[in-house]
Amino acid sequence: MKYMLLVYGNENAWEQNGREQCFEESLELVAQLKEAGQWLASAPLEPTATATCVRVREGRRLVTDGPFAETREQLGGYYLVDARDLDEAIGIAARVPPARQGTIEIRPVTELPGLQE
Amino acid sequence: MSIQAADRVRETVDAVYRSESRRILATLIRLLGDFDLAEDALHDAFAAALAQWTKEGVPANPRAWLVSAGRFKAIDSLRRRARFDASLAVIAEQLDTQAGQPEPWEEDESVQDDRLRLIFTCCHPALSPEARVALTLREVCGLTTEEIARAFLIPPPTLAQRIVRAKAKIRDARIPYQVPSPADLPERLETVLQVVYLVFNEGYSASSGESVTRADLSSEAIRLGRLLRELLPDPEVEGLLALMLLHESRRRARTSADGDLILLADQDRSLWDRQRIAEGVALVEGTLRSRRFGPYTIQAAISAVHAEAPSAERTDWSEIVGLYDILAGAEPSPVVELNRAVAVAMRDGPGAGLAAIDAILERGDLAGYHLAHSARADMCRRLGRTADARAAYERALSLSQQEPERRFLERRLRDLHD
Repeated sequence: MKYMLLVYGNENAWEQNGREQCFEESLELVAQLKEAGQWLASAPLEPTATATCVRVREGRRLVTDGPFAETREQLGGYYLVDARDLDEAIGIAARVPPARQGTIEIRPVTELPGLQE
Repeated sequence: MSIQAADRVRETVDAVYRSESRRILATLIRLLGDFDLAEDALHDAFAAALAQWTKEGVPANPRAWLVSAGRFKAIDSLRRRARFDASLAVIAEQLDTQAGQPEPWEEDESVQDDRLRLIFTCCHPALSPEARVALTLREVCGLTTEEIARAFLIPPPTLAQRIVRAKAKIRDARIPYQVPSPADLPERLETVLQVVYLVFNEGYSASSGESVTRADLSSEAIRLGRLLRELLPDPEVEGLLALMLLHESRRRARTSADGDLILLADQDRSLWDRQRIAEGVALVEGTLRSRRFGPYTIQAAISAVHAEAPSAERTDWSEIVGLYDILAGAEPSPVVELNRAVAVAMRDGPGAGLAAIDAILERGDLAGYHLAHSARADMCRRLGRTADARAAYERALSLSQQEPERRFLERRLRDLHD
């Protein structure tokens, strides 16, 4: 079963070398997940200052700056993993380095027939 | 067959339902992989038992008969529904294939594990605390939705919704039906014990109007504690069971005939249930000897010191202060400090207690906690500082939610005026 691990944290709390160390540790985790056949995709995201929101209302396109909602923790990256069940996904989430400062939200992925590659 | 014989079969089926239905449900959930399917199968199996046992006699192993009947009823019902939803046919075939294979589900060990699986799934930390309580009472204890709703003073549809959502999450997020790995067990057991203690406290801190149904919650919690102890002997499981038994032993003494609260110091100790005390004390002693105990055991040990004291004055308060020190070390919390301060007041006098309480309140930790202010009021009253006592009782009253507690504080305030 596929789970999306959404990595939330305070993007303003990072120091430069902390961020680099986090990237290094994340690459290690990705290597371990690949080895275990659990890794599907993952990436960090640029900060919310680079975000753009798009809405279409009555056929009109509305483009605005910034994240959809102001929150204390922002979406900063994701892992898409293959896990047997929620307990296995929780085990992976606890190993994601930013879990130590922020929050990892685990969402089961809906299997949509016709979407499989 | 005579009417008497039919009645006898009905009685047997009822008795088997009472003693075995939760066990059978736990096994059916594992075999069928779905709570709702298993519950329907359970009821179909008992309906079939009533019809077939009347004709053919009661089988040698009723539980195995019911599990197997439930499983085939579920496969049948999936096949019928598959006419409208083709995906169900696949599940039915899978279950049918598994059913043909020899499986050790009849062995006791595996069945015992099913009950633990059910408990750990219902108390999974990915469910909300309210959902864990509702689901545990519904699935593990077999209480009806109406009974649980009445005990928690919430509308039955709200509670039913809570259970439906929890089951949907178990299914959709795939919360596994398993006993946690040894590495996760301590953390997960803590969540289970929290659920049991929450159920107990809900029944124990009873308001008078609902006292009957809510006392039932406490006995359900004790039954859960006994079941856990049987399935998973662990010092903290025994500690929690001891703590609940020792609290429960005072039930008859802690409220007056008109439902008013009576403090420990003022209780008629001849009303305490000696049998529960003996059982609780024996459990605490055994657990303390194991040296692997935690916060529940320490709290039970404190409760045991009270239980064995002939009166409040002749209680070993030094021992109690010492146990609170150990508890504060194992699980630091301002509430533990407050209880320690009250014990210090009993050992060293109200002046020492007041100083300790004021130190906690100054940190702001318990500023909104009514019991901190009522304890402070009590110290001031004993020191003859009536104005301070009145202010603190009034503060406690403004923060208190529970009717018997409010009546108690109002009585204390009235007594000050005299």
